[in-house]
Amino acid sequence: MDELIRTIVEPLVEFPEDIKVSREENERGLTYILSVNKEDMGKIIGKKGRIASAIRTIVHAAGRAHQQDVQLTIQE
Amino acid sequence: MREVTTQGKTIEEAVQTALESLKTTKENVIIDVLEEPKRGLLGVIGVKPALVKVTLRYQPIDKTIEYIENMMSKMGISCDIKVISQDERNVECQLMSQDAALIIGKRGQTLNAIQLLANLMINKHSDHKVKLTLDVENYRLKRKESLERLANRTAERVKTFNRPVKLDPMPSYERKIIHTALQNIDHVTTRSEGEEPQRYVIVFPKS
Repeated sequence: MDELIRTIVEPLVEFPEDIKVSREENERGLTYILSVNKEDMGKIIGKKGRIASAIRTIVHAAGRAHQQDVQLTIQE
Repeated sequence: MREVTTQGKTIEEAVQTALESLKTTKENVIIDVLEEPKRGLLGVIGVKPALVKVTLRYQPIDKTIEYIENMMSKMGISCDIKVISQDERNVECQLMSQDAALIIGKRGQTLNAIQLLANLMINKHSDHKVKLTLDVENYRLKRKESLERLANRTAERVKTFNRPVKLDPMPSYERKIIHTALQNIDHVTTRSEGEEPQRYVIVFPKS
């Protein structure tokens, strides 16, 4: 999952070295936390959050493929 | 095959041979002349053919397909992507996979997400705006047909009951299919109402 998020995000950003992905498990399931360089925030969120929601949809679908409920949060 | 080196009596002839073997046109390649042709004495002694190296210019679409394939393999899905049609501004890709349902998602949600990212990718590498359409196992085509059937059924209902009928919320390109399908039906008009992503089409009887 970690790799999937990086594969999606890396080509979209200016500073791939600043991509960080961590995970957190709680009662709601698994949450991945993605953070990128401040300058790149706009690039992965997009107008009206369109890009962010596309990334979330794909991550969620990948989770479902492994019968897991996976969420994604984006942080600066 | 990304590059070939070919010979010919003239530079043009050598380039032509190369283009044929690369199955492309002059706009998509970079041409390096390695050796100028020499006509020689009386066209017999010392004749040297032209030697050119023709390299396929790197195509945004290749980068994009690679991006989608990487994404799919990281999702644990194996798939095969083919370019169905391609011109200056439109590219249509067909994805073949055992896991089509997973790639499409609920009402095409996942497919649309992948398509959006693929569009970002192709436009990042292209010098002009390109629109990429991604389809899985003809899902979009089938969806279009079923939306057209829905549109016609709805028009019939509106006619019978002489009352407006609301359809379920749909993304913009699906609403467009409905509007287009009913454009030439005389007794109804269509309009979209509500806010994205809950925007829907409403079909009215024409007075």
